[in-house]
Amino acid sequence: MNDILEALLGTFGDRVEVSESLGQTVVRVAAAEIVSVITFLKSRGFNMLIDLTAVDHLGREPRFDVVYQLYHLDLRAYLRLKVQVGGDEPSVPSVAHVFASANWAERECYDMFGVVFRGHPDLKRILMPDGWKGHPLRKDYPLTGLDPLPPLVHE
Amino acid sequence: MADVETKFGQVDPETGLKPMVINLGPQHPATHGVLRVRVALDGEQIRACEPVIGYLHTGIEKNCEDLTFNQAITLTDRMDYLSPLTNNFGYVLGVEKLLGVEVPKRCQYIRVLFAELSRIASHLVWLGTSAMDMGAMSPFFYTMQQRELILDMIEMSAGARMNPSYFRVGGLLNDLPPGFMEKLDAFVKGFPHWIDEYYRLLDRNPIWVERLKGTAPISAEDALDYGWTGPLLRACGVARDLRKTNPYSSYEDFEFDVPTETAGDVYARYHVRMREMRESLRIVRQILDGMPEGDWHVDNWKIYPPNKMEIGRNMEALIYHFKLFTEGIRVPAGEVYSAVEGPKGEIGYFIVSDGSGKPYRVRVRGPSFYNIAALPVLVQDQILADVVAAIGSIDIVLGEVDR
Repeated sequence: MNDILEALLGTFGDRVEVSESLGQTVVRVAAAEIVSVITFLKSRGFNMLIDLTAVDHLGREPRFDVVYQLYHLDLRAYLRLKVQVGGDEPSVPSVAHVFASANWAERECYDMFGVVFRGHPDLKRILMPDGWKGHPLRKDYPLTGLDPLPPLVHE
Repeated sequence: MADVETKFGQVDPETGLKPMVINLGPQHPATHGVLRVRVALDGEQIRACEPVIGYLHTGIEKNCEDLTFNQAITLTDRMDYLSPLTNNFGYVLGVEKLLGVEVPKRCQYIRVLFAELSRIASHLVWLGTSAMDMGAMSPFFYTMQQRELILDMIEMSAGARMNPSYFRVGGLLNDLPPGFMEKLDAFVKGFPHWIDEYYRLLDRNPIWVERLKGTAPISAEDALDYGWTGPLLRACGVARDLRKTNPYSSYEDFEFDVPTETAGDVYARYHVRMREMRESLRIVRQILDGMPEGDWHVDNWKIYPPNKMEIGRNMEALIYHFKLFTEGIRVPAGEVYSAVEGPKGEIGYFIVSDGSGKPYRVRVRGPSFYNIAALPVLVQDQILADVVAAIGSIDIVLGEVDR
């Protein structure tokens, strides 16, 4: 595990930042580097993208943390990648071509947080109906919803 | 998949015909819930397939942010409603990790006991329903009968059959009730006979075997790529079981094997789950023989409420009790990823706390969400009837897919 992290630091230098939180390894990555970092880690044996999600820190800039959980099958170890994105149209490069599991996970993240994954093959809503207004898991989205009734969409 | 739409409308260059698009669901007995599957057919062969989800979305992750840490447990029950206790499990372990506490041995064993019973119960529902999808009606009645015994035991301890919320942060709702161990003993003695019976009903049935062998296969590489976990991944030959690889809650105390198969088809998944039931029973038997005595919750009033008798006598206890139920447990700020091996795969919780009594963010990694995403790979160029077999073998619970 440590040699992978050292290699990661050696390759990416100060564009990645390794820390530990409650015994779990966390790597902060700049948004522009995420595809190359994930590709690098995959080549070093982190062959499962277990989960991908976001956290909305309303009031902080950049506002969103996009969080990736990777798993190393041989080392039996988890690794968490965090990317900060913000601005009016938060966006981060898609990793769906590196891990197939990212396809649906990124769609859900876009649906729930409005984070755009650039280069995603089919970025559309997955849980909410097409044509829904707003992104429900954002902290400024009220629990009771914005619209009294969801819009009806005909295909 | 941007090419999904083009695949759906693709004209065959030889015949000049467009594929026929068929909708399975959202309401269909073979989709195991409100799942819609669009398939483009060329004759009976599947050219493209797209699962459409979201019909059961209830905003559980959003609702968790508005409840205290203990209240949110009730929502985790409702995701994988066939094994609610394994859902509780991952969540409470995550919160306990944030709190930096470890529950006593007896509590850990009781949790493992119920996680394994839930696994058996969930596999029984899968066996019954997927056999019914294939046209075998009778296994369903036999599996439901045994599942009912497990639900009885859950009801005995938690007071509810389906949404027990039995695991609490720092402990359990209550200790095992009197008479529980006798009931468990009767189940453990009786159940092996029933596993043999299920094998007898299905494994020598040529229709069942012919229908399942070679159906909806997937390679280990694809399975890993799609984030498959649990019995599905083990049916592809990857022995990844969090109970062994990343043990939690005293799983390292128990002897059990991780069954794997290599074929990666529906038949392999069937065998992995059947053998898993035996392994779960092995763990349950070990707990039955060696259940530790002692405390079943942490002795800390800031996390686990004092008992009712104490509240009547002790002013301090009353105050702690009041604070706990009005403000919730104060969980230190931080973030944690906590995962357990559920019956369907890895149930992961990414919990972020800001130091208040309510979680700032609860992300649930439902195994079924990632499992069903690979359905197009499973059924590509297979025949339409195999979609039903594939969905049955994935063992999805839509409550967990849509959350």
